[in-house]
Amino acid sequence: MNPIAAAAPSGTDLLLWVAFPYICLAVFVVGHVWRYRQDQFGWTSRTTQLLEHRWLRWGSPLFHLGAFAVIGGHVVGLAVPASWTEAAGISEHAYHLTAVSLGSVAGVAMLTGLGMLCARRLLTRRIRLTTDRSDKVLFPLLSATVLLGFTATATHNVFGPGYDYRATVSVWFRGVFTLHPQPEAIAGAPLLFQLHALCACLLFAAWPFTRLVHVWSAPIGYLARPYLVYRRRDGRAAAPAATPGNRSASRPGRAA
Amino acid sequence: MPGDKAPVGRADVSEERAKAPVGRVMAQVAMVMNLDKCIGCHTCSVTCKQTWTNRTGVEYAWFNNVETKPGVGYPRRYEDQEQWKGGWTLDRRGRLVLRSGGRVKRLLSLFSNPDLPSIEDYYEPVTYDYDNLVNAPAGKDIPVARPRSVLTGRPTEITWGANWEDGLGGAPEHAGGDPNLTGAWAEKVKFAFEQTFLFHLPRLCEHCLNPACVSACPSGAMYKRVEDGIVLVDQDRCRGWRMCVTACPYKKVYVNHATGKAEKCTFCFPRIEAGQPTVCSETCVGRLRYLGLLLYDADRVGAAAATPDERDLLDAQRGVFLDPSDPEVIAAARESGIPEDWLEAARRSPVYDLVMRYKLALPLHPEYRTLPMVWYVPPLSPVLDAVDAAGGDQDDPDHVFAAVTRLRIPLEYLAELFTAGDADVVAGVLMKLTALRSYMRQRILGEDGDETAIKAVGLTARDAQDLHRLLAVAKYQDRYVVPAAHKEDAAALTAMENRCPVETSGEPSDAGGRRVMLGIPTRRRTTSGDQA
Repeated sequence: MNPIAAAAPSGTDLLLWVAFPYICLAVFVVGHVWRYRQDQFGWTSRTTQLLEHRWLRWGSPLFHLGAFAVIGGHVVGLAVPASWTEAAGISEHAYHLTAVSLGSVAGVAMLTGLGMLCARRLLTRRIRLTTDRSDKVLFPLLSATVLLGFTATATHNVFGPGYDYRATVSVWFRGVFTLHPQPEAIAGAPLLFQLHALCACLLFAAWPFTRLVHVWSAPIGYLARPYLVYRRRDGRAAAPAATPGNRSASRPGRAA
Repeated sequence: MPGDKAPVGRADVSEERAKAPVGRVMAQVAMVMNLDKCIGCHTCSVTCKQTWTNRTGVEYAWFNNVETKPGVGYPRRYEDQEQWKGGWTLDRRGRLVLRSGGRVKRLLSLFSNPDLPSIEDYYEPVTYDYDNLVNAPAGKDIPVARPRSVLTGRPTEITWGANWEDGLGGAPEHAGGDPNLTGAWAEKVKFAFEQTFLFHLPRLCEHCLNPACVSACPSGAMYKRVEDGIVLVDQDRCRGWRMCVTACPYKKVYVNHATGKAEKCTFCFPRIEAGQPTVCSETCVGRLRYLGLLLYDADRVGAAAATPDERDLLDAQRGVFLDPSDPEVIAAARESGIPEDWLEAARRSPVYDLVMRYKLALPLHPEYRTLPMVWYVPPLSPVLDAVDAAGGDQDDPDHVFAAVTRLRIPLEYLAELFTAGDADVVAGVLMKLTALRSYMRQRILGEDGDETAIKAVGLTARDAQDLHRLLAVAKYQDRYVVPAAHKEDAAALTAMENRCPVETSGEPSDAGGRRVMLGIPTRRRTTSGDQA
């Protein structure tokens, strides 16, 4: 595999690294708008702690906290160009040392947590029975993405000679969002990184249709809210006047 | 629980509050239960379940349940807040804080809530192999319907239930685990009380003035309604963070394991809005429930809940309630937008009479500091039973008075439940009931009635007659004084009634795949941006 493909992108490259990511992103955006408007009732973390709590006790915090660190690492690694970190006085060596060490800890935590969450879902019959179709897509897809990313990093950067994804994958990633897609940047990346990127695209496409939507409901506002919440009944009053089949508004109520 | 005696001048506290200027007036539909009349028939629980929780995901949930006391309760030992961290407490500086921790700690526990009861703490819900009864091949043996877990679909043993200890069943094994049996007095009697007394305690959501569940909800999905004080979960905004379950010290918020959302007693608000009593009240065989309005000063709630001494909480909460006949209160209530018919209903409220006028009703566990709004007239029967057991005469008020003052066991126990351990308050209420009982007995037997006893407990002859009427013979319309919701909301109400109240998705294993419709009307977003 060539480190950098300088030639004009092939049809396959265009399909995989331009068309496919944009389709996935479009599904991601439109899917979220649709789900948010249509399915507030289904918009939940779908907790199963009531049914099983021993595995969850360790698995869930490990997975979530690990995931936060991993996402943070991805933001830095993909969104921030190497030139910026160098301008900030961080050498390439220092950057990679930090990325690999912190990334390994976060990656192991996330992977362990996810493993425990998958295990309880498979092994606990109560949980298995509450697993719906979206979970059956989400859990394998998420696991594949995480495993591929973990393997890619382990193979190339922890045990391997080191691969500078910031010169290839990151360039492609930023290109997608700045509307200057550069498929050639990633076309030469190692297969594991490519598979990880494709799998992640699929995950983003599936996102709005799974329980992952609960990510957007992270209750940060709770930190600033007054404890007690009062609401008037009024909010509900205006709507159903137009609903067919309404009985007359005046009903015999027992006068007090 | 502090064992020290109540400080002097407690009456002054409430008087002082009553004199304070009236702030924001709110109305609350509240309930009182007369425990002496509860026979533990569970009709309230069953009709409630048929109405609200006969659905996938909440098989284990009883918005209304009836417990036998002494007993560990449902879920097991829910009253042990050292373990479950429900309700509020005061921090070192005397500020009111949730026992389960502050906001940051709560957000950090989102991934795994360390204080959430598991299904085993409630019980594993079961169904039965009914098919086997009709499909079994002909044979010598009578076919049986074996229990099958609703959660796994497999045959299971029934080892616990919501009323497992009914009538003190299994008490020698389990009832020692009652969290109210903690004092030194309790140690001595733990295994003798099943010969001493028992009573039933129907429980539902307390629709608190200072609800811990609402305060703990990270999504802001739980709210207290301004108009009638009913505490509800907005099913569309609940994200399943399950902090409400931990925060509620009465464990009356439940996780629906099929939808992943919280559900709770709705105080049958569609019925309340239509001026009807809740299903549990409507169907109560013993007619022990009362529904009515209480006006309260919303601005006094915080201070009352933060009252330093637990034993002052009862008076503090009474200090929050307002006299609906007081012209100043009426003016303030009008200012706050409470309609005239609601004010009229508040003046006729049987709940106000029992809680404020006669001071017979007591809140369940005031020490949780949520200011609960379902109150109880404590049962005299444990004391009467004890009189019998000691060879006394139930009908002789002197014997009963002597028992009330001398029989510490039932008193201390009732005090743990209703007055944060202050047995004198419970004794006062029981004295009042005893005096009333003997006076009215004389009257009904055609005598004049000796007024000494009722005067001693602060009742006039007229009071006694009114109170006797309210406790013993009150009719439907006297027990349930519920003003209908206002016409401006009527369109919304009829729309709700036109919906099929309950649809289930059938088998538990299918729950995830199909939409589970809730009886609870949700604020569903529609294309026009309105809510139904």
